[in-house]
Formats: sequence, structure tokens, C-alpha cells
Amino acid sequence: MKWRVDWTPADSTPDWNQVLRAQGLPEGQALPTRLVKLVDAAFNLYVQLARPRALIGAIGRDEFAEVYAGDGHNSHETPLEAIVPRADHLALFVATVGEPVSQAIGDLFEQQEPALGYMLDAVASEAADGLSHAAGRELIERLRRRGGLADEARVLPYSPGYCGWHVTGQRKLFAALEPEAIGVTLNASCLMQPLKSVSGVLVVGSGEAHRFHPTYTFCEHCGTRQCRDRMASVR
Amino acid sequence: MDPLKQIAEHLERGDDERVAALVSEAIAAGLPAADILNRGLLAGMAVVGEQFRVREIFLPDVLLAARAMYAGLNLIRPLLARDGVPTAGKVVIGSVQGDLHDIGKNLVGIMLKGAGFEVIDLGNDVPAARFVDAAAEAGAPVIGMSALLTTTMTVMKEVVDLVKARRLDVRTIVGGAPVSEAFAKEIGADAYGFDAANAVDRIKALVHA
Repeated sequence: MKWRVDWTPADSTPDWNQVLRAQGLPEGQALPTRLVKLVDAAFNLYVQLARPRALIGAIGRDEFAEVYAGDGHNSHETPLEAIVPRADHLALFVATVGEPVSQAIGDLFEQQEPALGYMLDAVASEAADGLSHAAGRELIERLRRRGGLADEARVLPYSPGYCGWHVTGQRKLFAALEPEAIGVTLNASCLMQPLKSVSGVLVVGSGEAHRFHPTYTFCEHCGTRQCRDRMASVR
Repeated sequence: MDPLKQIAEHLERGDDERVAALVSEAIAAGLPAADILNRGLLAGMAVVGEQFRVREIFLPDVLLAARAMYAGLNLIRPLLARDGVPTAGKVVIGSVQGDLHDIGKNLVGIMLKGAGFEVIDLGNDVPAARFVDAAAEAGAPVIGMSALLTTTMTVMKEVVDLVKARRLDVRTIVGGAPVSEAFAKEIGADAYGFDAANAVDRIKALVHA
């Protein structure tokens, strides 16, 4: 079962301070006026241009295992291998903020407006990340309407390219979900277009189901360490 | 106040309109284009670069200053060409074949221009041979490559190998999220830049080597 979700640009707009934080900028009053104007302009442009949407498709454990195996390049042991058996529901997803935003970022750099291009890129990146969580909320809503979902059910997105799931895993994900239907394609290098797109699996389970110890071989080289915050968010 | 110092100060503030006005006045007053460039625009960018290095300002501030630099540069560009003003050097940059991410590459390009380099930006999805051909045609001593996917990093080795096979006096520098110093060494690249500012520092060293 697959379904498409369309959001309004306003629905997908990230939190102002979240964008500042991601860029290492001071939040609130500490930001100089010229940067406040720049960030405002970037947010306004995002709202004008964004066409956020997603395709979500329920998938069974065995079928997901086949998708997850990908081209055989995953790390030897990964958190998802422990998490998926504890999951109550799984769904593949691909979400995007749409092509006009990506096009505008490139255009701004071409037009010698690098500051606005850079800031729009920052807003769009946070928005795209947010769409994976929004897709999770859509899934939870649908499951609740269907009935039988435990009150303590929590959902988290997991994406190829992170935590041992090789980026080439997107090939089987795309073959299974066919997100070309919402205008998202994958090139030979496993790059999604439009660029500000996200893909992965939504895992629904108890908060405990999402727990793992970040002591895998690849954890040492992780640049984000987001897993701790993610696990805390579903506790 | 010295008009060139005024250009530099307004550039540091990111005031592109004022910089354009001051550069126009400087041109009208007969100031040499090389002086407007070096003692006005690039002097201002050097201050901005140092402020960014010591974290007094942020990357968007650098980019606002870059916009002001462009405003002035666009006015003196024909004069620089007419006067044959040399640049700090030529650098070929691009995102490798299969990769369309270009923010990092764009930031390097902007900072290189701010340091007085001529940048030949090949854009995205650049095949290995095109990097090398462009460097050979332009007489550029440095090729800078960016990749944001592990699947596209392999093109960087192709470029390094092609430079060696053609016996060109060209140095290579690599960068991007999945790239590392160890990877650069493994493929025989001459340098690795961990961020845009570091890449520019490494390129300056390569050009003067």
C-alpha cells in the first residue's frame, strides 16, 4: 500500500533557531541585523518556492530485509538489523521540498548572491530533514485511524548513507517504492534529484525498540552523533 | 579618508551598493584598477577572511562581503583585462562526475576570488578528463575537486592518475564530506581541504610551492 502526501510550504518550514543552530549561528537576540534580514529573506523565498511532498509505502519485514541488503555494501553490523525485528510497522518513504528550491539555490550563486543562496540551502536542508519526521507522523496517523496501534508507539526515520546502511541501498529502495511518481529520481551515483530530498524507512515501535548503543565501528567516524538525540526523542 | 580604505571598510560591512558607488568614484578619479582591486576589494576580503578564521564573524558575513566584492569587481573587470593585471594564480574547480552538490565548491570558489585567484569553475558532474583538459588549456597549476557522495569519490583518483599520465605540472586538492586526509594520500592527491577556508589556504601553498 503506497500513498502520496502533499504539504504546504508553511507546513514544511523549519524552525528559525534550528536553521541558525545548524549553521553555527547565534540564536535570537544575538544575531546581527544584517543576518536577521538574510535569514528572513531565505525563509520567505523558501515559502514561495517549496513544493513539499512524499511517497510512503508500507513494507513487510522480509521484503524490507531484501531492500536493506541493497548491493551488499552495508557495514557488517548495523543498528537497523537490531531495531527492525523489534518494530511493529515499517514503511519506505521518499520526500522532497521540490525542484524550484534547488534551482533557486543554484541560480542565486550564479547571480552573485552567494549569501542568500547559502542561507536558502540551509533552510531547505533543514526542511528536507523535517519532512522525514513529517512522513513519520503521517504514518502514525494512518495507523491510528486503522486502529490497533499501541499508545506507546513511536516512529523514527532511518536513511541510507547513515549508521552503516550504504548509500547504494537507495537503488533497491527506489525500485520498491518508485518515487518517480512524485518527481524524485536517483542517478547512477545514488544522488537523488531534486537535491533537497530524503529517503529511508520509517520504523514504528516502542521507544525501547529504537534503542541501540552507538559503539559500532562506523560510530567513531560519525560527524553528527544524532542518534542520542533521536533515541531521547522517542523515550 | 583614503578612497581605497573606504572601499575595503564598506566591503567588510557587506555594503554592496556603497562599494559599487565608491569603486565608480575611484575609477572616475583615475585610480589604477590594480590598486582598486588589491588595496580596496582584496584588502577588505583579507580582513573578512581573518575575522572568519578567528570566529569573529560567520560564513554568511563572508558571503555578504563577497557580494560586495562582486559589485566592485564587475566594474573594474574590463579595466583589469585592459591593464593586464595579473591574478594570484589560476585554479580549476568542480564537483566530480555523478555529483550535483556544489555549495562547498561554490564557497571555495568565492574565497579563492576573494584572495585574488582566477577561478575556472567547471560546475557539477564534471568528468575526470574535463578537469585535466581545463587545467592544461588554462595553464592552471591547481585542480580542486569536491564530492559529497562515497560513490563519486572514485572520480578524484581518475583525475590524479590522468594528471600523472599526462605529466602535467598540476597539483590536486580534494574535499567534501566523505573525503579525508587519508583518502587524499591514498589516491595520491597533493592536498586535502577540510573546509572551504582551509582549502584556500592549502591552494595558496600549492601555488607557491
